[in-house]
Amino acid sequence: MNTQEDSSGANGQKRFLYVNRRAPYGTIYALAFDQDVSLAFLDDGVYQIVKGQDTEGIGMKNFSPTYRALGDFEVTKLFVERESLEERGLSSDDLLDITYEDEDDDWAEKPSIRIVSRSQMTEVMAAQDVILSF
Amino acid sequence: MKFGIVVNEGPYTHQASDSAYQFTRAALEKGHEIYRVFFYHDGVNNGTRLSVPPQDERNIQSNWTELAKQHKLDLVVCVAAAQRRGILDESEAKRAGKNADNIAPGFRISGLGQLIETGIESDRVVAFGD
Amino acid sequence: MSILHTVNKSPFEKSTFRSCLDHAKSGDAVLLIEDGVYAATKGTAAAKLIAARNGDLALYALAADLAARGISETSVIEGVSVVDYGGFVDLVAGHDVSQAWL
Repeated sequence: MNTQEDSSGANGQKRFLYVNRRAPYGTIYALAFDQDVSLAFLDDGVYQIVKGQDTEGIGMKNFSPTYRALGDFEVTKLFVERESLEERGLSSDDLLDITYEDEDDDWAEKPSIRIVSRSQMTEVMAAQDVILSF
Repeated sequence: MKFGIVVNEGPYTHQASDSAYQFTRAALEKGHEIYRVFFYHDGVNNGTRLSVPPQDERNIQSNWTELAKQHKLDLVVCVAAAQRRGILDESEAKRAGKNADNIAPGFRISGLGQLIETGIESDRVVAFGD
Repeated sequence: MSILHTVNKSPFEKSTFRSCLDHAKSGDAVLLIEDGVYAATKGTAAAKLIAARNGDLALYALAADLAARGISETSVIEGVSVVDYGGFVDLVAGHDVSQAWL
């Protein structure tokens, strides 16, 4: 896949990357505001988007369903690092089903999650104007 | 050059707010412009005027307030993070039915859009946190 | 297009430093600040990670944070440049993007 092309900004937008490296139960961030936004999930950040999270017993709000709404905010590029998954005994089957409707393709439903290698993740980072991690 | 600063850690937690302050001062000394300092997550706690640190320790909040006064800095506290942590200005306190506010001089409360704007308008964004 | 990576965690407590090195491109710069400066000390496991990059990254450590932790400049790994806050500002200005590995 060509990650460079995928993250190129159009119309004078800046390319923002939000890097998630920590396990869930902080808060999550659906910040688009008309910019070209990508999310990166690496290290413990991959635990953010694992399916089957049930927070009832810890008395906290479950934010993981929020990720499924990202497509509605035009956040459609979620890069997940393969090595981080493998180190944790996870595969793409363990992740939430996050999709978006592609307006350029007759609103076809497409997966937002893109599994990338560590070296591809490095390229994703190198293609940004602003990188924020929380 | 125009810098945007993000502070994600509360005061007296570890060192992030101090590092951000030292960096901001050094950038100003070198003649750079600070577009905005955005306080997010526990970083919003830097903006309370009610902290009373020991006399022989640095006062992180008043350091920021002084620097803002000298250089007309825009210190913005994220509203969603502030509401959760009890950082209120007069109008937020009124709206929430609270009998006091605690925002420090030089700080203002605003939305997350101000962080994105910082990213758009600044040549460089530097983040500090835990 | 080059990135200035900043690392503020001890390499002995968190995997942040290793993760940063795993994602830093040849020609990028890494600045160690706060507890991150422990990664700049000779004879440590972190020093081995740095050596493995064979000098393809520019490495820096913040002087004030070294001094605050009692690390003298003679214990800093050769090839790691010590900078003050003004140097930190110059590094940010001199790279296209700053990425804080928090």
